[in-house]
Amino acid sequence: MGSSTAALTCLVVDDSRVIRTLARKMLVGLGLTTSEAENGAVAYEMCLASRPDLILLDWNMPVLDGLSFLKKIRATDLDRQPKILFCTTESEFSKITEALAAGADEYIMKPFDEEILASKLHMVGAL
Amino acid sequence: MTMDPNVFATVASFLKAQSGLALTPDKAYLLNGRLQPVAEQHGCKSVAELVAKLNGAAPAQLKQDVVEAMTTNETSFFRDTTPFEILKTHVLSQLLERRKVRRSLRILCAAASSGQEPYSLAMLMAENAARLAGWKTQILAVDLDTKILKRAEAGIYTQFEVQRGLPVQMLMKYFEQCPGGWKAKPEIRSMVQFQRCNLLEPFSHLGEFDVIFCRNVLIYFDTPTKRHVLDRLANQLAPDGFLFLGGAETVLDITTSFAPSAGHRGLYLRTEALRDRKAG
Repeated sequence: MGSSTAALTCLVVDDSRVIRTLARKMLVGLGLTTSEAENGAVAYEMCLASRPDLILLDWNMPVLDGLSFLKKIRATDLDRQPKILFCTTESEFSKITEALAAGADEYIMKPFDEEILASKLHMVGAL
Repeated sequence: MTMDPNVFATVASFLKAQSGLALTPDKAYLLNGRLQPVAEQHGCKSVAELVAKLNGAAPAQLKQDVVEAMTTNETSFFRDTTPFEILKTHVLSQLLERRKVRRSLRILCAAASSGQEPYSLAMLMAENAARLAGWKTQILAVDLDTKILKRAEAGIYTQFEVQRGLPVQMLMKYFEQCPGGWKAKPEIRSMVQFQRCNLLEPFSHLGEFDVIFCRNVLIYFDTPTKRHVLDRLANQLAPDGFLFLGGAETVLDITTSFAPSAGHRGLYLRTEALRDRKAG
């Protein structure tokens, strides 16, 4: 996925600055470049402007939540859709099913560590 | 804490005899941390007192507990990915052709630990159900450690464990939520049989297998033990069967029973099968 030489870009979408910082450090450590958004609305504008390869997406956020963002971006006509990995405390079977039905590529249940993140990135072909 | 060299030597010698585990001096630091709970459980005031009991007359349970405490159970679903890809594509295609009359497959998972590897194999088989329609598939998962086997048999994994190596789509398909985490569904658990087995002891009673997974086991053994185990695994593998070893393991300079399968990392074939193929 993405270009063969440049590092893959990942947009981290989470209303928690702590989680964004943690995820950014892990992703950079895994060789990706990152950008950040604090809610789905900001993330949508950033997606249109910079077309990230991947999105690490929280569920519960103000303004526009993760699931609404996911549905909106999947309904947007883009030349290349990003791989989207939910990263949330929502761990109910029904929630995961809902996310997958809306077009999520992978799903991380918080709390997570670098091994889990690397494993999930590998599953979507980013590592 | 500094380890008394005599205590270390006693444990190393005991583990070698009981399980083949080669305890090197750089792992001495593990001893106190792992054996302290066992010492307390058996009423010993210290690890040294526990170790002093590890002679021929020691109760079997004490010996078993020491071996289990020193055994490494690191594992994850679809660990290293590549062997499962090779199994799904190359190996399964070959076996479907070679066993088309018998229509049955037996897979041995040696050192199954907490069950992620055998359940990964079961899920792989389930994903290929259409190709295996009408076939009988048996996955036998063995390990030295009885406690870990009980855990494996229950098929319950924490949220952390199900996120290591297991794609979420497979989690949804083959697991259900339960108190404490996620439980493999009955149709997956019923595909795997668990049994205690020490690879140093005779295991010919397990029968013949078409595929053997023995990954990240040999790395804990010294060379003569590796040879001993590999040669006996060769006896249990069908002449045209397939052996998977871990990425850091090899048969080179250890045994002539197996040779690498060209182009398939971690896959080994019995040398007699290669000879027959060349002769044919």
